[in-house]
Amino acid sequence: MTMTASQKLTQIRSELRTEEAEIVNDKMIINMGPSHPATHGTVKFVLTLDGETVDDVAITIGYLHRGFEKMAEAGTWQQVLPYTDRLNYVSPLINNVGYVGAVEKLWGVEITPRAKYIRMLISELSRLTDHLTSIAAGALELGGFTPFLYAVEAREALYPLVEELTGARLTASYTRIGGLAKDLPDGYEQHMNAALAHMEGLMIKVDKLLTKNRIFYDRMMHTGVLSQEDAISSGCTGVMLRCTGVDWDLRKHQPYLAYNELDFDVIVGSRGDNYDRYLCRFEEIGQSVKMIRQIFKQLPGGPINVGDWHVCLPPKDAVYNSIEGMIAHFKLVTEGHQVPPGEAYFAVEGGNGEVGFHIVSQGNGRPYRVKVRPPCFYAMGILKKMIVGHMLADIIPTFDTLNMIGGEVDR
Amino acid sequence: MHLVDNVLLNIVLMTLIKFAGFVLAFVMGVATVLTWAERKYSALLQNRIGPNRANIGSIRAGGLLHMLADPIKMLTKEDFAPNTPNPVLFRIAPLLAFVPALVVFAVIPFGPGEGFQISNTSLGILFIFAISSLNVYGSVIGAWASNNKWSLIGGLRISAQMISYEVAIGLSLCGIFMIYGSLDLQDIAARQGELIWGFLPAWGVVLQPVAFILYLTCAIAENKRAPFDVGEAEAELTAGWWTEYSAMGFAVFALSEFIEIILIGCVGTTLFLGGWTIPGLHGDAWWIVVLEIGAFLFKTLFLVWLQMTIRWTLPRFRYDQIMRLGWRIMLPIALLNLVVTGIVLTFIERA
Repeated sequence: MTMTASQKLTQIRSELRTEEAEIVNDKMIINMGPSHPATHGTVKFVLTLDGETVDDVAITIGYLHRGFEKMAEAGTWQQVLPYTDRLNYVSPLINNVGYVGAVEKLWGVEITPRAKYIRMLISELSRLTDHLTSIAAGALELGGFTPFLYAVEAREALYPLVEELTGARLTASYTRIGGLAKDLPDGYEQHMNAALAHMEGLMIKVDKLLTKNRIFYDRMMHTGVLSQEDAISSGCTGVMLRCTGVDWDLRKHQPYLAYNELDFDVIVGSRGDNYDRYLCRFEEIGQSVKMIRQIFKQLPGGPINVGDWHVCLPPKDAVYNSIEGMIAHFKLVTEGHQVPPGEAYFAVEGGNGEVGFHIVSQGNGRPYRVKVRPPCFYAMGILKKMIVGHMLADIIPTFDTLNMIGGEVDR
Repeated sequence: MHLVDNVLLNIVLMTLIKFAGFVLAFVMGVATVLTWAERKYSALLQNRIGPNRANIGSIRAGGLLHMLADPIKMLTKEDFAPNTPNPVLFRIAPLLAFVPALVVFAVIPFGPGEGFQISNTSLGILFIFAISSLNVYGSVIGAWASNNKWSLIGGLRISAQMISYEVAIGLSLCGIFMIYGSLDLQDIAARQGELIWGFLPAWGVVLQPVAFILYLTCAIAENKRAPFDVGEAEAELTAGWWTEYSAMGFAVFALSEFIEIILIGCVGTTLFLGGWTIPGLHGDAWWIVVLEIGAFLFKTLFLVWLQMTIRWTLPRFRYDQIMRLGWRIMLPIALLNLVVTGIVLTFIERA
């Protein structure tokens, strides 16, 4: 069969068009994670790349699921506490404070003023380590190895304080229902002041190396933008919410412990981009340092544990030398705290936002249900919207300033 | 016939001796020391101790023995090859990166006179451009043959980056040729020994300061080191174009990167820092020649140190930002520099 010239031309054109279409549609699908340098805390991104642009992404969490909530139902109320260390493993003390706060709220226990202040102290100390880790990792992933090590060194200045107080760097388990494991050691304020001064000196270096560095600025500014509506509708809290301009901080707006007695500012951003989140964290470090100094100034004396032996373990003297003390100790350890039936929700401002514990008791000395509200989980829900349509390299600072902590998200 | 043989033998012998002296002893020696120095220097910047564990008995020599331990480790490790349709390309890629980096030193004048240059060609700088551009083939072919998507992205990034910065680096050096009126590196170096107004050395960096900054920036970009290491970008692309390389293949790539650092230092010294010349010191006495060779080494090491400091201070660009910097900032500045140089030269000639 012969073809006319115009038919032939149409055929060639249609062939060309299909070729063109094939080239346009040729996208690369690539697995980022779960074991990838940028996905600290194990998360998987299945990226569809159009050149360097992210066309689509499927985010998979759950690689660090250890069944925290189910494990919590197996022990007594106090035995849940060590598990909470492993939720947000860069600020374990805040989780401790949040969990015992929920139990005390359900039970209606009022802790002593000194315990409140020490709990605030350890919360702020943990917030420092959390923010320092986030800033450090952010610098590292943008190729700034030197600021990373400065920030990590600053964090290393604080960990000995945690260790001095609790006996462990990470697995602190410091709080107790109705009080604390032990009082502040001697000379703690001096050690704290020295460590804070060391940390501040290093953070000035980090500030000089990063904040006004043109390369860093270009990488962070206007990338990973989160709108205020998205932040609120997805349930973001903490820095993720405040960077978009929402003035919301549980320490200020739902004061727990004695935060209403402290003078501090809530740091709020305006653009909702990576640079705002970086700056918010940096400023919050300054606020936390300010609060720690105030706490030491206002620290009340007195006991750290409530006197009720149904809530707190009796002193060793009473356990060994009196029948009442020994029975109270025995009952508390073997049967657990007799938290009355009911349910309660208590939230604290964690490193990444609202860390909430929803607990249900049936009055038998063991938790019936412990539900954690991890701040990163909700932020991970909105992450897709922040990275689709942008470049592959923008995933890195965006995912980092979101500061996902695997232990917290997957539980 | 006998005479020709003798002349040829002489040339070959001399070339081999010079090659052994300059390239094997100096370049490879410094490159090996750099593998230790970079780790030790970055440790110094970052309040760390750095490598100090390699030892022979109780001798540790501040970690210097790592220079010995690393090759032994690299040679005895498993040289893993991915399941790739191009195993031959995968194997020769490190050499494609390594050989051009070494060959370029053939035209570098390490001291005054022909004796300190392996090959004295009147087109020295063009030779450098021609050969050092081949370097990128090693990286790109290695990335392609790795059969790994991360490597492919990294390889594409570097090839685009190399092409962009090749243009700006070429234009930035044109001003130097216009001023000294030569492409011969020995000539250019010698001309820089003169003094302007009796006190200012006629170095390239004095006469062409903008070109020096452009050259250094573009050269670091071509060497794919931070802040231009988007091809490697370990946070995004695991290790980018050399993800699949291990053992000696990896070591050869890494060594060629260090050689390139020295090359940037040597070329920068020759064109901008007066080469082997020492301002106000001329003559053929042996001690002057020794001093001049020392000056060349010192200047080169200064530029090497500068590159390492930049590498350990700055974070990484994004891929499109590098492209924008190359085409929209570096190229126009290089062109403008050329035009201004031309106008000034014309003005001086007329006057």
